[in-house]
Amino acid sequence: MAAPTKARVDSADRPLRPKGKELPFPLSLYQTAVGKKWVMAVTGIMLLGFVVFHMLGNLKLYLGVVEHNGVLDYDANIYGEWLRDLLVPFLPRTVTLWILRIGLIGAFGLHIHAMYALTMMNQQANVTYSSKRDWKAATFASRSMRYTGVIVLAYLIFHLADLTWGFIPGYDYERGHPHENVVGSLSNPVVAAFYIIANALLAMHIFHGAYSMFQSLGINNPAYNKLRRGFAAGVAGIILIGNVSFPIAVLAGIIDLSDKVK
Amino acid sequence: MSNTLNLTLNIWRQDGPNGPGRFETYKAPGIPEDASFLEMLDLVNEELIAQGKVPVEFPHDCREGICGSCGVMINGQAHGPERGTATCQLHMRKFSDGDTIDVEPWRAAAFPVIRDLVVDRSPLDAIIEAGGYISAPTGTAQDANETPIPKEVADSAMDAAACIGCGACVAACPNSAAQLFTAAKVWHLNSLPQGQPERYRRAQNMVETMELFFGSCTNHGECSEACPKEISQDFIAYLNRDHMKAKFFNRKLASQR
Ligand code: FES
Repeated sequence: MAAPTKARVDSADRPLRPKGKELPFPLSLYQTAVGKKWVMAVTGIMLLGFVVFHMLGNLKLYLGVVEHNGVLDYDANIYGEWLRDLLVPFLPRTVTLWILRIGLIGAFGLHIHAMYALTMMNQQANVTYSSKRDWKAATFASRSMRYTGVIVLAYLIFHLADLTWGFIPGYDYERGHPHENVVGSLSNPVVAAFYIIANALLAMHIFHGAYSMFQSLGINNPAYNKLRRGFAAGVAGIILIGNVSFPIAVLAGIIDLSDKVK
Repeated sequence: MSNTLNLTLNIWRQDGPNGPGRFETYKAPGIPEDASFLEMLDLVNEELIAQGKVPVEFPHDCREGICGSCGVMINGQAHGPERGTATCQLHMRKFSDGDTIDVEPWRAAAFPVIRDLVVDRSPLDAIIEAGGYISAPTGTAQDANETPIPKEVADSAMDAAACIGCGACVAACPNSAAQLFTAAKVWHLNSLPQGQPERYRRAQNMVETMELFFGSCTNHGECSEACPKEISQDFIAYLNRDHMKAKFFNRKLASQR
């Protein structure tokens, strides 16, 4: 009997992308979209951890001036020094900080690369409807992840240029004096407004990310699933309230410069 | 006598896979509210045939919500506004007199239009071929209850197996991801004892075949909303978990799971 012949070429005969060769582990993981989402979730957790600790560290701004080793200084500045001195003398000064920074830069790089690759894949796979879509479950936050992510990245670069590198004119940047720098920078209402908007978008990004990461990691237990939305809203809310409070407090004069420090 | 509806329909017409498509507007007067959406399309087609025009092609078969053949985008929602209902089971009483209804085929790069509202969903078959089966010797039927399965596990497998493969999850997904379909097909086997020997190979092969055709899940949740069987997104998490295990674990050690 002759082998059956196919009259038509089906869509199944024309994959959108070729099947590549499987690379050795752990690259084989990152080759797949499910693996990339897993990497996005893991790096997202690292970045979220950073954002939480950054916000908590910034709360030091509210403590103003304290006495430290017999000298009066801003608590935020003392905290900044402490970060540089982490694990001294086991490791030389600033080494721990740099290890953490390199980890964060790596996480950022992977998060962005995976986002880019998945976005390309999704756009290739998707055909938009000619009629109007009616969203049932997708939230504004989930649909705008790409945009909030890119805006947060732009904000991050501005923020580093402003308070870490001192490239942004408008106040007298002084290395190693975060308290004075924050007050100097955020006293400008335009800069403060930008910080507020960017942090609102960051919170929205976190709202979907902190919910979505459980699914991407395969952490799912019907007994606890109901808590995930609340968890995401709680984390995003804490970040939002904390981070937005700083520019407002500077503008309101709650965080200010003191003449007790020369 | 049941009430009737006078409707205006914007239906996507496309002569073939390569032809440009367009919306055409049809009046559908006197549609009984007890008609299903497909019966409403039948009435429109009869009118078109009477006028000597080409009727609208739409996918359908069982018309009782179990075969997965039917499915169109109705007013921007896969299978229309009613939750957990396939297009064939959607009744016109869910609409009101004077409504304008947009009807469009499923959209995804992997689902090219064959004609009008009919699309080629064969990539879903490719996913099944990659692992949606068990390789067990089929002799005489096994005695009932020979393989004990906890009730909860059987329930979960049944919930996944309820998938009729209509493709609404892909159609509803802004990324055109087939995650819910694949997850349901993987989980109804991976959760049961019979599926264990091929568990990790299945998860890996089905995911990787899926990714040749479809987008990637970003956890919007539109799929479960559109699913006529209300299949839960939880299965997507289980799919992700099994896929990760497939990558991480040495399968020589699979029995130690
Ligand atoms: S026609 Fe069979 S499910 Fe609708």
